[in-house]
Amino acid sequence: MNAAETSSIAAPFRTQSGLTPYSGPFTEAELVHLLRRTMFGVKRSDLSYFKGRSMNQVIGELLSPTAPSPAPPLKEYTIATTPGVNPDTAVARGTTWVNDINNDGTVQSLRRSSLKKWLTGNMINQDRSILEKMIMLWTDHFGNEATDIGYGNWVYTQHQLIRRFALGNFRTLVTNITTDVAMLRYLNGYLNNATAPDENYARELFELFTLGKGPDSRYTEADVKEAAKVLTGWTINFATYQPVFNSARHSSVNKTFSPFFNNTVITGRTGATAGTLEINDLMAMLFAQREVAKFIARKVYRWFVYYTIDAATEQNVITPLADIFRDSGYEIKPMLDALLKSEHFYDQMNRGCYIKTPADLVVGSIREMDVNFAPATDWDTNYGLWNTFFSWMSNMGQNLYDPPNVSGLPAYYQEPSFHELWITSDSLPKRNQYTDIMISTGYVRNNVRVQFNCVEWARSLYNPGNPNDLINGAISYLFQNTLSDVAKMQIKTQLLLTGQQWDYYWTNAWMAYESNPTTANFNIVNSRLRSLFQYLFKLSEYQLI
Amino acid sequence: MKRRDFLSGAVPMAALLPELINGYSVNAFTMQNSLVQALMRGETLTDHVLVIIQLSGGNDGLNTVIPVADYSKYFNARSNVAIPEAAVLPITGVTGTGLHPAMTGLQSLFAEGKAKVVQSVGYPQPNFSHFRATDIWMSGSNSNQDVYSGWAGRYLDYEYPGYPDGYPNASMPDPLAIQIGSSTSLTLQGPTRNMGLSITNPSSFYNLLSGATDYAPNTRAGKELTYIRQINQQTQGYASVIRTAANAVTVQAPYPTGNSLADQLKIVARLIKGGLKTRVYMVSFGGFDTHSVQVNTDKVTGTHATLLGRVSAAIKAFQDDLKFLSIEDRVMGMTFSEFGRRVRSNSSVGTDHGAAAPLFLFGSQVDPGMLGVNPTLPASATVNDNLPMQYDFRSVYGTILEKWFCLDKSVVQSLFPPNINSQLQTLPLVKQGACSGVTPPPLPPLQMAITNFPNPFTSRTTIQFTTEGGHTLLQVFDTLGRLITILANKEFVAGTHRIDFDSEGLPPGIYYARLQNGIAQEVRAMMKVR
Repeated sequence: MNAAETSSIAAPFRTQSGLTPYSGPFTEAELVHLLRRTMFGVKRSDLSYFKGRSMNQVIGELLSPTAPSPAPPLKEYTIATTPGVNPDTAVARGTTWVNDINNDGTVQSLRRSSLKKWLTGNMINQDRSILEKMIMLWTDHFGNEATDIGYGNWVYTQHQLIRRFALGNFRTLVTNITTDVAMLRYLNGYLNNATAPDENYARELFELFTLGKGPDSRYTEADVKEAAKVLTGWTINFATYQPVFNSARHSSVNKTFSPFFNNTVITGRTGATAGTLEINDLMAMLFAQREVAKFIARKVYRWFVYYTIDAATEQNVITPLADIFRDSGYEIKPMLDALLKSEHFYDQMNRGCYIKTPADLVVGSIREMDVNFAPATDWDTNYGLWNTFFSWMSNMGQNLYDPPNVSGLPAYYQEPSFHELWITSDSLPKRNQYTDIMISTGYVRNNVRVQFNCVEWARSLYNPGNPNDLINGAISYLFQNTLSDVAKMQIKTQLLLTGQQWDYYWTNAWMAYESNPTTANFNIVNSRLRSLFQYLFKLSEYQLI
Repeated sequence: MKRRDFLSGAVPMAALLPELINGYSVNAFTMQNSLVQALMRGETLTDHVLVIIQLSGGNDGLNTVIPVADYSKYFNARSNVAIPEAAVLPITGVTGTGLHPAMTGLQSLFAEGKAKVVQSVGYPQPNFSHFRATDIWMSGSNSNQDVYSGWAGRYLDYEYPGYPDGYPNASMPDPLAIQIGSSTSLTLQGPTRNMGLSITNPSSFYNLLSGATDYAPNTRAGKELTYIRQINQQTQGYASVIRTAANAVTVQAPYPTGNSLADQLKIVARLIKGGLKTRVYMVSFGGFDTHSVQVNTDKVTGTHATLLGRVSAAIKAFQDDLKFLSIEDRVMGMTFSEFGRRVRSNSSVGTDHGAAAPLFLFGSQVDPGMLGVNPTLPASATVNDNLPMQYDFRSVYGTILEKWFCLDKSVVQSLFPPNINSQLQTLPLVKQGACSGVTPPPLPPLQMAITNFPNPFTSRTTIQFTTEGGHTLLQVFDTLGRLITILANKEFVAGTHRIDFDSEGLPPGIYYARLQNGIAQEVRAMMKVR
């Protein structure tokens, strides 16, 4: 399809729906749409838990996570010791490293790796809330690269900050992250001093974190320089891993901004509180701009709905959403609440059009297929397995906490392709390979095998002995966009009946297995179910939610 | 139906799994190989192609190839479905055996010397489950054994080890096997777990040719679906070679319409003529599970007649097309079904799941005629009676691999389970010289009498048999096809030998002693009485 064709058929994809609360029926279809967009895949236990509750009840729960925060990452790694030198003796394997100061590069590299496995585990073990997806959103938003930061401990601290405010106050989050050690390190804030201001953080604070680059974001180059002066004086204490404000390095001159900021002057200060007070002034100035709320509303929209924001969407969705965000004092929940309850969110035009992120595919499929891991106490097994799935996501283009650069994942900012960037001739075969392996062999560590158990999964569907019920159940559960009856019939005949014409041959095979689960009987149903699932997971439809 | 309408309901196809070709799903299977390994050994240089036709459901062999010489026993066993003797089509060069009256196409192929029927092909301990029996036929396993690869898959893996690394490449730019139809065929599954994992193609054959993708709704979801499918198509390494091959052929001989097997074979002929080096094609045709009303009251027409008529007409048209396209010497075809049906018909004017059944081979290089004899029918068939096997299906596969794909017999044996490979027979299925002058050994005279005395017997009987020497196998089956015992399975010197069969503990009834020596076999019915 060439560009001209693309634009000529773009018109029908538009919708005028807006933030008016959705008042249509809240059936399983709407519920699953909501859950798939706000969580990583939908476990059937999630579905049965929420089934029958009203939209307001479900969204209320999704926005109010109650599960305790996951226990901090553990030292699951082993580190070679040379005689007389053990760089990581303070922490025993199986205990957490997050409170241990250690400036050895190898140790910190292993901790970063440990953190990424842990992040993957958190997503796999997510509660019934939007929290993990919001954490992923803000992590992407601030775009920090763990490899550049270097210190696993610092990345963990930043992660905890994001976790704490993921559904809280965005202004507070930005204020705090400004002096977060990882951020100070990543964007050179710790080098920013009165003598030679480093503009790196100030620039990204405007361009990527708050105001964005939209046409109405008309701050000037001079504004960036002035903001950089506001942020001078912050350093990192490498012995405590705490941010330190060194007033001697702080620029105490008045900082004067452009007419875009109403010529705001931030009064230059001295002394121990100068840094914090001036940051507060800077935040007040920034968050007085309407553009901040709009920029974040667009980000949230692209994270949960779709990537195209046309004039109608800007007017009917983004603007009112930004108003809600701003009017609430930048509380994140009211904005999400309005979006997830809107006509626009449930608009048929916006369903089934979201290309799964690697996390949606990898973690989502693990949850959808009810894959069991080792008990929580068996951390060695679980971290090893989580690493496998972290690696798969990374190979598909989503390296948790190590985006390509500070802009974050291209799928969320790169015009005009956006989400389509997830699907390439490189990543798509990997997506298929991943589901193939999970069906055929899965992965084994310490004799614990994680894989898609097709037979057990089918058994928990409604009436799996009936091939029609089995296929309908699997498709309605696994696919946001359903398949035609003709397609289902072909799938049934070719895959489940392996060419046989009568449904009861499947029924008989299934009943034989259920009543007498010998290896032979198991193999007959297992081989057919594996083919069925391998096929379903390779359909292009499976990449959409 | 407009094409667009059809496609809107079509399954968008995915890796290893079907693309739609004229409504049939196509699998592009490619077996493993790394370029280096291929260059080091080199595959067997042959341009031969095998087309496997799966007749799903269990074809009623006795009503397909009718034992005219035993017509009264045949009629007595299944009077409500029996083909009238006068309607049976004679087979050129064969007496006492004929074809179902609907199979005029195949009859003319016999007349042209391009068809062969192998009688009573089966295996010990037949399984009567469609699924399990299909798995056995496709894998080449023993009845009680789970084998997770297919016989043709193992062959292709032998020829192209290491796939998909380095594929496609200059020496093998094309899919190793292409399946049209049933999408899960175990037949083509290779032994390694990574087989085919890199193949992804969701597009239909039409779409492959036109560069279009399947129907998607005019919505945002449709837009993204189309995008993903396009990437899928680009990812399919074999899309362009299949497209090129298909587009290279514009004129074909006529095929019957309304015949899905013919539709599939027409595509196969097109791809072969188009230049694909693909060695194995697989198509399937279902509906043979004729438990009831398999014939109309005239016994000549009906469900089974329609099915056989289509199979026969499709094969005939395919063979004529191969000749028209000047590629008939390169192609051989084979039918199989997961089992035959019971000797005795049921009261629903149908037949239930059975065991051994005839199998057809076709092509200009086939050694024409009939192999084996009419199946041994009981004088008064009971409901459980099955036909004893004359030829093990693995011997048919093995012969194709040896005499059509020109593998050394020791290699062929290595592709089958250890406990069957020493029993593989090289059968006269392919014309001599098909493998560049490599000729099969001459047929030993089929006069190895196998007798037993006393017969009938009460507990013990002595089986006397004559062997040409070499490996000799003597098995005893019951009427259900179950292997009761193996009396001999070793090298014998040429001559006449005797072995006792002790039937202690076995119920009275018919038992079949089967002798196999080299390419010859013979079955002897033995009667145990109280």
